[in-house]
Amino acid sequence: MTSPTTMGKLTFDAVSPGVGLKAALAQPAAAVLDRIAASGLRGRGGAGFPTSVKWSMAAEADEADKYVVCNADEGEPGTFKDRVILSEFADLVFEGMTIAARVIAARKGIVYLRAEYSYLRRHLESALASRREEGLLGKRIGGKEGFDFDIEIHMGSGSYVCGEETALIESLEGHRGEPRNRPPFPIDTGYLGHPTIVNNVETFAWVVCILEKGAEWFKSHGTVKSTGHKLFSVSGDCSRPGVYEFPMGITVAELLEEVGGQGAKAVQVGGASGQCVPASQSDRTIAYEDVPTGGSIIIFGPKRDMLEVARNFLEFFVDESCGQCTPCREGVPKLLEGVQMLQQGACSMAYLKELCSLGETMRLASKCGLGQSAPNAFVSIARDFQDEILGRTGFGRRNGSDG
Amino acid sequence: MLLTERERLREELIALADQFGRQRSSLMPILQEVERRHFRISEYCMQVIADLLDLHPVEVHSVVSFYSFLDESPRGQFVIRLCRTITCEMAGKDHVARQLENDLGITFGQTTPDGKFTLQWANCLGMCDQGPALLVNDQIFTRVTPERVHGILQECRQTFGVHAVAGAKER
Ligand SMILES: Cc1cc2nc3c(=O)[nH]c(=O)nc-3n(C[C@H](O)[C@H](O)[C@H](O)COP(=O)(O)O)c2cc1C
Ligand code: SF4
Ligand code: FES
Repeated sequence: MTSPTTMGKLTFDAVSPGVGLKAALAQPAAAVLDRIAASGLRGRGGAGFPTSVKWSMAAEADEADKYVVCNADEGEPGTFKDRVILSEFADLVFEGMTIAARVIAARKGIVYLRAEYSYLRRHLESALASRREEGLLGKRIGGKEGFDFDIEIHMGSGSYVCGEETALIESLEGHRGEPRNRPPFPIDTGYLGHPTIVNNVETFAWVVCILEKGAEWFKSHGTVKSTGHKLFSVSGDCSRPGVYEFPMGITVAELLEEVGGQGAKAVQVGGASGQCVPASQSDRTIAYEDVPTGGSIIIFGPKRDMLEVARNFLEFFVDESCGQCTPCREGVPKLLEGVQMLQQGACSMAYLKELCSLGETMRLASKCGLGQSAPNAFVSIARDFQDEILGRTGFGRRNGSDG
Repeated sequence: MLLTERERLREELIALADQFGRQRSSLMPILQEVERRHFRISEYCMQVIADLLDLHPVEVHSVVSFYSFLDESPRGQFVIRLCRTITCEMAGKDHVARQLENDLGITFGQTTPDGKFTLQWANCLGMCDQGPALLVNDQIFTRVTPERVHGILQECRQTFGVHAVAGAKER
């Protein structure tokens, strides 16, 4: 029913499960952590927090109960690489979690799988069962006395905000998925109040690669601040959509060329919560220090109506805001209203400026990343596509809606 | 509801609490299982679950109402969730939506009178390179066209419909 979506060879294809874990067991936990630190690996879920820093803080916590949580809630519009990793490289993800457990001394791991991916559950359960049979999960992993760790799968129930790590923990605990104030951070007050690390699916898989191939190998790709390769989910107006592996620091123009998206008028990097990069800035680099992304790349061809794009994203946020704090709950519908005014050609420049300043307030005052980033796409479209969005006559499309 | 039916439901919920545990973190797995079996989580179920887990019923209700895959009011045996997010929109989801409405005779948010189908919008289903995408319960369909809608509905009514109906009878 679905066709393969991986384009070209991936590093993960050539990594055999087992080797990374063996390497991790052969050295002290601190040495494993050093190696991950040396690689410069930063979280692949979007925010780009250094993985080794998160893990070392959890490792230092002096508690018997600690948790390793894999964030498989992949809900950012335009992202599907975690689905591919879970389908094709589940072993690497579980192995990465096991290595994390060794580093921070956790006994329990949880995969939080979004409800929309329920069809993957059986496959994941059977991968877990084989690992248990092989002694890679359970008691005395790899024959190592005292190293007990197992993983269970917990299903989400259809909520984007549960991908935010504190909302995810709330959800695991049986509550509404409402983000918490931070601090305290999950590394000291996480699941059931215990130290918890939450990492993206892809982050765990790269850890295994780093243990097998070395920190130097990883660091030899990418930029100084954004090391290594990363998977990208590419969709929209291009001839070869799918999942790609590129070095961090690739420019938007280079990426467009690789995927057959030349001539695009804009690229949404980072999903609905990311930035909309116009063609004039296609020399920008995709990296934590320039345009960051959790992997979502959506390409808009020359005929797309950018106001329709902004409308679609804002409707998404209206739907997914948890409603807990005012800037987000009240601000997102206000921005959507603004888009509708623009569509009707009834928005003054002064009002547009007010909307953008509301966006700034939301960015500063919202409690979690959802409300902080919800205005991004609107603000960049309002800034970079003014000739297209201002002074419309009649409701609707000025440039047609087919790319 | 007949008393005996309530008793039976209560016993079923007790069995679920025994299976998943009675701590707060068991709430979601229990609710998800109730939803799967009964196509809804009724007020009565919420009450019983609250008792079993030693929670206030309002707590249970607040969780049920938060998540889009948990329903208070009855939904159909098959929930069709069509992705409305950007790349599926660009790929023509509006035409698929219209055809679904035409073939089912309902609009989004509604359930067919025979209780078989519910039509809902979903946000990004993680199939953006192959849109328009839709989920029927936990089956994913990609590159859906208006022409394919009829076939998908027939498939629900026939092939995997049999399993779903058998499953429903089992309980
Ligand atoms: C609204 C919102 C949704 C998020 N969704 C996801 C998600 O689906 N998957 C993910 O890995 N991280 C998501 N994140 C980021 C997580 O909060 C967290 O930073 C991440 O899981 C950390 O893992 P990493 O360091 O390995 O990237 C989301 C953040 C926000 C604010
Ligand atoms: S910013 Fe939005 S999603 Fe985040 S806590 Fe506030 S209301 Fe909820
Ligand atoms: S936008 Fe429809 S599946 Fe992602």
